[in-house]
Amino acid sequence: MHLSLAVGLSALLFGVGVYGVLARRNAVALLMAVELMLNAANLDLVAFDAWWRDRLHGGQVFALFLIVIAAAEVGVGLAIVLAVFRLRDTSSVDALTDLAESDPQPVADVAG
Amino acid sequence: MTGADVVFGLLGLVTLAAAVLVVTARNVIHAALWLVVSLGGLAGCYLVLTAEFVAWVQVLIYIGAVVVLMLFGAMLTRAPIGHVQDLDSRNRPVAAMAAAATAGLLGTLVVAAFKGAYVDVHHSAVGDGRELGGAIFRWFVLPFEVASVLLLAALVGAIVLTRREI
Repeated sequence: MHLSLAVGLSALLFGVGVYGVLARRNAVALLMAVELMLNAANLDLVAFDAWWRDRLHGGQVFALFLIVIAAAEVGVGLAIVLAVFRLRDTSSVDALTDLAESDPQPVADVAG
Repeated sequence: MTGADVVFGLLGLVTLAAAVLVVTARNVIHAALWLVVSLGGLAGCYLVLTAEFVAWVQVLIYIGAVVVLMLFGAMLTRAPIGHVQDLDSRNRPVAAMAAAATAGLLGTLVVAAFKGAYVDVHHSAVGDGRELGGAIFRWFVLPFEVASVLLLAALVGAIVLTRREI
């Protein structure tokens, strides 16, 4: 099969993940978009492994490592989201503006 | 245009449509369930690309564990379960533009770069458990051990972060 199919799908999937990270407000939904981006990278690794016919299967092994790292990332990320929710009673990333220099307009709708 | 092309294209369409629904669904639980469809489609793509072991690990770890963790997170943070309008922030048009630019740039670049490349899925060694196990424990032992330490650190970190009193 053509390699451009796989790498094109990976690029489109990465774009969808970028949209999700930028447009989502809920922290859990944001983590899902991050997962989509990681999976796009995974698809690239596997596709190039199959293209090179790598004897060491470096691409597939690195895809496995990436899955492990993504699992660790989700675990720590959800723990952080839970800690923030316990402290601030919200999981909306728009409401966490303490590090912003000046608040242009108060973000009142923290229902996320 | 071979059979592998057709199957991969169909699986890619399913994956992409489900991914779009993941980032546009009005309900966090629905988004998580669409994530299952998207990751399952990707597992099918891995199968077409002869990466058998990666496909099953994808099903076990992602669909089995990560999505369930996401659902736990959505329920523990009392995420808006019903249809709500404010799941998305106000910068949706800018986000759509940035995403379209990223996907367009990356897509045209890689498709132009690998236009004639052809993956011979019939003659490559199938990445089953035996092949990948040999590769990991022969050539990638140190990264494997480091990954196990990383998982342990992430586990301890998650427990420490979510405990009420230390």
